[in-house]
Amino acid sequence: MAMSARQLAVALLLAAAPAGASPPGPPAVDPALGTTPLADPVQEARAMALMHELRCLTCQNQTIADSNADQAEAMRALVRSRIAAGEPPESVRADLIARYGDWVSFRPPARPDTLALWAVPALALVVGALVARRLFR
Amino acid sequence: MSPARLLPLLALLALGVFLALNLGRPQQATIRSAMVGKPVPAFALPGLDDRPGLATADIAGNGPVLVNFFASWCLPCRVEAPQLKALADAGLPIHGIALRDSPEDIESFLVRHGDPFGRIGLDREGQAAIAFGSSGVPETFLVDRAGVIRLQHQGEIRPEHVAQILAEARKWR
Repeated sequence: MAMSARQLAVALLLAAAPAGASPPGPPAVDPALGTTPLADPVQEARAMALMHELRCLTCQNQTIADSNADQAEAMRALVRSRIAAGEPPESVRADLIARYGDWVSFRPPARPDTLALWAVPALALVVGALVARRLFR
Repeated sequence: MSPARLLPLLALLALGVFLALNLGRPQQATIRSAMVGKPVPAFALPGLDDRPGLATADIAGNGPVLVNFFASWCLPCRVEAPQLKALADAGLPIHGIALRDSPEDIESFLVRHGDPFGRIGLDREGQAAIAFGSSGVPETFLVDRAGVIRLQHQGEIRPEHVAQILAEARKWR
């Protein structure tokens, strides 16, 4: 059933594209995949892992895996469609970051400008260890 | 008691003040599109029955032009309708992308609130909105002559924004 829905979506998309359009169209997204898991459990697990790390944009601080918002559903459809097409999850994440910025991913990137974010927990551990050593000596 | 022994207490107090000030604050940040400064994304949308749809090729190379995400179910979209008309009347073309909407509802919205749009694309599944990095309606993108997105206006265009948008469009002619 999911397969036929996908074929329908592809057909609709092809029908919608103007004849002879030069830029490559967007990758076909099956809207049913916003609410239907992928048939292949390995691919579904891969998609699920990514969806649990992507932020819903219209609801506060929920992941798209948890949110009922329309836009979260559209993003789930996009993630599942592209993973079903064989795209690596990190490439899907990178594409969404290119559109929405770092905010869309719950996994912050490691870059010079995010150094403080990654360094503070390590620093806190070191300070804590020093304090503990003084207290329990 | 030495002042050094008060330090943990002071630290705790500071933390308490910080939490009290920040926990009550709403956390919803406006998420700007990261597509500003990049070319219009690849998309192709069907149109209403009697009208052409909207695709990348209609926008790229034909700017400056506005792309307005709207919906008949969106109240602020009604508020901004007169401003869209003013922008169109001033000579700035506007294409519409109707988000998660039915053709019938779009038709009656256009009859009631005016139709400033050159072309209208139907984004039934919201994938074009994701391609633009859009996070809601109404939202308006200014695309320059070369097809690069130059501006994202989130929320309704109010009367005071019209001149700003026209000035920005002139810059990218």
